Formats: sequence, C-alpha cells, structure tokens
Amino acid sequence: MRLMLRSWYVFEKDLRQEFKSRYSLNAILLFSIVTLVAVSFSIGTFSASAEIKSALLWIILFFSAMSGLAHVFVREEEKHTADTLRLVTDPTSIFLGKFFFNLFLLLFLELIVVPLFFAVMNFKVAHTGIFLSVLLLGSTGLAAGATLIAAIVAKASAKGALFTVLSFPILLPVLISGISGTKIAVTSDTFQAAGSEVQMLFAFSVVIITAALLLFDFVWNE
Amino acid sequence: MQIFAQSIGKYFGEKRIFQYISFELNDGESLAVIGPNGSGKTTFIRILCGLIRPSEGILYYSDNDKKIGWPDLYHQIGLVGPYLELYEELTARENLAFFAKIRNLQNCDKWIEELMSRFLLRGREDDLLKEYSSGMLQRLKYVFALMGKPKILFLDEPTSNLDQQGIDIVYEIMLQQKRDGLLVIATNDPMDLKYGDSLIEINA
Repeated sequence: MRLMLRSWYVFEKDLRQEFKSRYSLNAILLFSIVTLVAVSFSIGTFSASAEIKSALLWIILFFSAMSGLAHVFVREEEKHTADTLRLVTDPTSIFLGKFFFNLFLLLFLELIVVPLFFAVMNFKVAHTGIFLSVLLLGSTGLAAGATLIAAIVAKASAKGALFTVLSFPILLPVLISGISGTKIAVTSDTFQAAGSEVQMLFAFSVVIITAALLLFDFVWNE
Repeated sequence: MQIFAQSIGKYFGEKRIFQYISFELNDGESLAVIGPNGSGKTTFIRILCGLIRPSEGILYYSDNDKKIGWPDLYHQIGLVGPYLELYEELTARENLAFFAKIRNLQNCDKWIEELMSRFLLRGREDDLLKEYSSGMLQRLKYVFALMGKPKILFLDEPTSNLDQQGIDIVYEIMLQQKRDGLLVIATNDPMDLKYGDSLIEINA
C-alpha cells in the first residue's frame, strides 16, 4: 500500500513539474500533429488502405512517444535531482511513478491525436472494443518499455539518439501487434479475430513491467 | 545509532579513487573528511549516504546493535551537498510537501515552518526555486535535510554559497546535531573543521 502511495507521489510531482514546464507534452504533441499533417497532405485521405492507415497511426504514436517519454529520467539527471530522489525513496516507487506518468502522457496524446487522425485520414473502425483494447495495451507496453530505457540512457551523453535506437528493437513487438490489431479493428466485427494480437500486447506489457521491476534497482543505482 | 566502515574503497573503472578507509562513529560523535580537490571526498560522502556503492569493504548502520537496511535508512539520513538539487520548477512549499509525503513524515508542518524561519526563508515559500539565489537554495537544502529530524547528518562543503548569517546558523545546526546524533562533514575550511571530533584525510 505504501509502495503505491509513494509511486503516486512521484507521479503527482512529475505531473506538477510537467504542468509548469510543458516540456514533454509540447514535444510529443507538436511532433505528432506535424507528422499527422505531413502524412495527410502527402498521401491524401481516401487513397490509402486500412493497412497503411493503421501502420501510419502507430508510427505517429511510436515516434511521438520517442520524442518525449525519455524526459522523465533525463530531466532528473540533467537537473541533478536524481540523487535527491534516490535519497528519499526506493527504486520501485520511482519506476512505477515514472511509468504511470509516461502512460498518462501517452493516453493524453492519444486523446488528442487519435480523433484528429480519424477526422483527417477518414479512418473508420468496425469494432471499437478491439481498437480501444489494442490502443490501451499497446500504450501500456510502450510506456513501460520507454520508461525503463529512459532510465538506462539518462546518464549517457547522446541520450536522444540512443533512446530511439535502443527502444526500436525492444518495442518492435508492440508496434507490429498494434498495427495488426488496429487493422483487424478496421476490417473485422468480432473480438475473437484480434485475440492473438490482444494476447500478445497484454503478455508483452506484463513481461516488460515485470522485467523492469526486477532490473530497475540495478539500473537506477549503478 | 552507529556507522561502521571497514576498508572502504572505490574505483571508477581502473582508476582508484581511494581505498582502505575504516572508521566507527557513534551517537554524539562527529567526523570530518578532508582532502584536496578531486581526492574523492564527495564520492566518500555519496557512498556513506547510499547514493553509490563502494567497490570494496564493509559498510553498515546499526541502532542498538541491530543492523539497519536501506528502506529504513531513508528516514534516518539528511544530506546537504553541492550536487544535491531540489526541483526548480516547483515552489519551496511544493518541494517540501513532496519530500514530506514520500518520506511519510507525519505532523511536520510546524517543524518545517520553524526551519524556514530559522533559515530566514519565511515569506518565500511560494516562490519558484528558479527565482531563488544560490545562498537561498543552500539554506533550503538545509531545511530539506533537517525536515525529517535525521539521526545522521552528512554535510558536503557545509558553508558554501552562504553569507555570514547563514554560516552562523549552520554552525548552530552542526553543534546541535553533534549533541543529538551523528555528524559527518566533508570540508577543507579550517572553521568547519572545528566541528569534527575525528578526522579522515583522503589523498588522491
């Protein structure tokens, strides 16, 4: 119980900091909107198939996440507050707090970008349940993986490039299953059709969160 | 409360920072760590606070002959150092409220108010830390370190950035800490050294 409470305080602190600086939010929102506009102008609204539109949605979400999610740990290292945080609480609370913050940021981004994508790209889904499940589970996996990788790269010198390069192979299963699940949400009207994609995204999230909880103590303190 | 260190050493890769440092510190005692710039005083303090791990040696904390592990030590340790920063996007009040909640400090509002008055920061609680001067930030770091009434206080360059009034307050705090718990200071200032009962010299 205390663990979740401490994680909540870390999340609340990060949210307060973000509200005042808007660094990550501005980065991911601007990136996603610019990409969406560029994509819609270049391929048009009606020419692309459901497969291509599904892939474009996840590419926008993935690279927008890459542009802002590393900031949770990079900020702590660059502003020399990481030691202060190490001194007051345990690594697990810090990881969970930062993970919840990244997940919140990603869901907030999706709240704005996904309806815009639907409108601009004339994108329609046949099964909203599949689409929302894939989006939520994919975001959970993305946020968990990105949070762990952000902690690893925070002490490196070329943080930005390293974050994306490291994230891509680790988060590739989310991207592939996310694209595949979204495509099924467009074409199929039964939930069973997307069973394997939803299972894959759920399993990935569980594995990455468990691995992160086990590894984070070492990553944070070494 | 007791700190026990035996043959502590630290290496960064192949580079040896220091080795074979041993000491024992009990309640009511203080230790001063001296050494030229770059000798590893800060690294030594960071090891004692649990911020980094020693490469070799034994280090533990005990209370009434019972060893204390890290989750419990978060509440026993206070640290002021040049590398320890608070959140500049937040106000002093928001910073202190966050640290009080995460350390589970109960009914500490009055004590924090007292500390803010003592360090002459009353009335500036709602200012963002990025608007604070370096001296005010150093004072606020003392409030942060003392808000949990720590049994062990680590001070790395305790009087840096402070004016004479601030230095006098810090010396009062150091005297009080020596009476009530343990004090470890890393410094090269001869005035600060008066507050160390024993001395460890680290040479690069």
